[in-house]
Amino acid sequence: MRIARNWRTRQQRYSLVGEVCTQCGHKIFPPRDVCPHCTQPAQLPYALSGRGEVFSYTTMTSAPQGFEEYLPYTVALVKLEEGPMLTAQLTDVDPDEVRIGMPVEMVTRKIREDGEAGQILYGYKFRPLLERQTAT
Amino acid sequence: MNDRSTADTSVLLKPDREVGIVGYGAYVPRYRLPAAEISRIWKGGQESGLPVKEKAVPGLDEDTATMSIEAARNSLARAGIDPQAIRAVWVGSESHPYAVKPTSTIVAEAIGATPGVQAADWEFACKAGTEAIVACIGLVGSGMARYALAIGADTAQGRPGDELEYTAAAGGAAYLIGPAGESLAVFEGCYSYVTDTPDFWRRPHMHYPSHGYRFTGEPAYFHHIVSAAETLLSALGRRPADYRYAVFHQPNTKFPQRVAERLGFQPEQIETGLLVPFIGNTYAGSSLIGLSAVLDEAQPGDRVLLVSFGSGAGSDAFSLQVTERIVERRDRAPRTRDYIRRRQEIDYGTYVRYRRKLHTH
Repeated sequence: MRIARNWRTRQQRYSLVGEVCTQCGHKIFPPRDVCPHCTQPAQLPYALSGRGEVFSYTTMTSAPQGFEEYLPYTVALVKLEEGPMLTAQLTDVDPDEVRIGMPVEMVTRKIREDGEAGQILYGYKFRPLLERQTAT
Repeated sequence: MNDRSTADTSVLLKPDREVGIVGYGAYVPRYRLPAAEISRIWKGGQESGLPVKEKAVPGLDEDTATMSIEAARNSLARAGIDPQAIRAVWVGSESHPYAVKPTSTIVAEAIGATPGVQAADWEFACKAGTEAIVACIGLVGSGMARYALAIGADTAQGRPGDELEYTAAAGGAAYLIGPAGESLAVFEGCYSYVTDTPDFWRRPHMHYPSHGYRFTGEPAYFHHIVSAAETLLSALGRRPADYRYAVFHQPNTKFPQRVAERLGFQPEQIETGLLVPFIGNTYAGSSLIGLSAVLDEAQPGDRVLLVSFGSGAGSDAFSLQVTERIVERRDRAPRTRDYIRRRQEIDYGTYVRYRRKLHTH
């Protein structure tokens, strides 16, 4: 199990902590050494809102090792409202309900378990925006 | 037996500094298993006398940590405070994902409250979350912390075919405790009543709990809730009619209705917070989700009585008064019934898969 790597990335996985470039102002996810927009090295941590929409998706019926029990599940390219695009599982949705442009929001969920005795890995997934009824 | 129940304010748990709820948040998973479906499998489909209509079931990627995180984020959204100002994250549950390794560190990390924070997991069956609230009241009320977060959440399991399977459900709620001057509801006082009463338990390494059947009623649920509530009301000089709402622990539909009647509350006082028919018994989340549903609708000045029950056994009773801050804060996060409306019915087979009741190896 990749304990050290999972530990290093916990804040970006649990709560979409990315970066904002101090030079060009672009929001960046995942965090990296150099801004992909202006190639400058300086960035500050930035908590992304977690809101976005499905840019594209596919439904998995054959899974990599460790993910079999979640089948079938949908993996999407999610375009965040701050700009970055990332790949994530969708959750709390039936595969045939997913569509391009569907508004989604980030939730922190179990990604996988390393067997019954191993570590539980948590991270971001996206679900359809919760329908809300406000003040009556 | 109940020799502390004199009308004496010294029995109240009340800090020197006034304390209240600055933010609250609920979470209920998407899936619902109708009680009639359980009955179809185990009892030949009897439709009458079922303890609930349906119960909330967690998805394959949900557990007490993930549900606590979402409830905590909702409480933070309502409070509108910097999570770095939170000095304790305490999660009460009987279904922590690890036997050794705190749920609370995962939650604290996910909401941005680490590293200058107390973090611990609490256990007291269904009252672990309210026990954590009492501790938060002490921490904030003493001035040690400005804000402290208490969560009650569970993914409860009932043995297949057991009567608890109809009700053992998943959900939770989070309460951010802080100074009364910033609160949407203020604690007027609380009182805890605890005895060694073996009504329900789970031994180490056992997957499913055991219980005392009818013994869970009178000597356990009813005795502790009535004793805690009557002592608190007496110490505060209050009557049931002084409260707009009351919330009692909800192991099934009948128990909270019956205990409310016994204490002198009217059905309309418990209706708003009585969620067990629609989501089941969410254990450490049960009374706290009931309270969040009440706060979703309460008006400034309303008084709320909250009484939890945890097997083993004990009750924490709280008297709250809602402030004018409720009006602007409650729609900063989803309401409890937004989650309850989000409903995907499943059959018993899907439930067995989602709750890992099949051994596949």
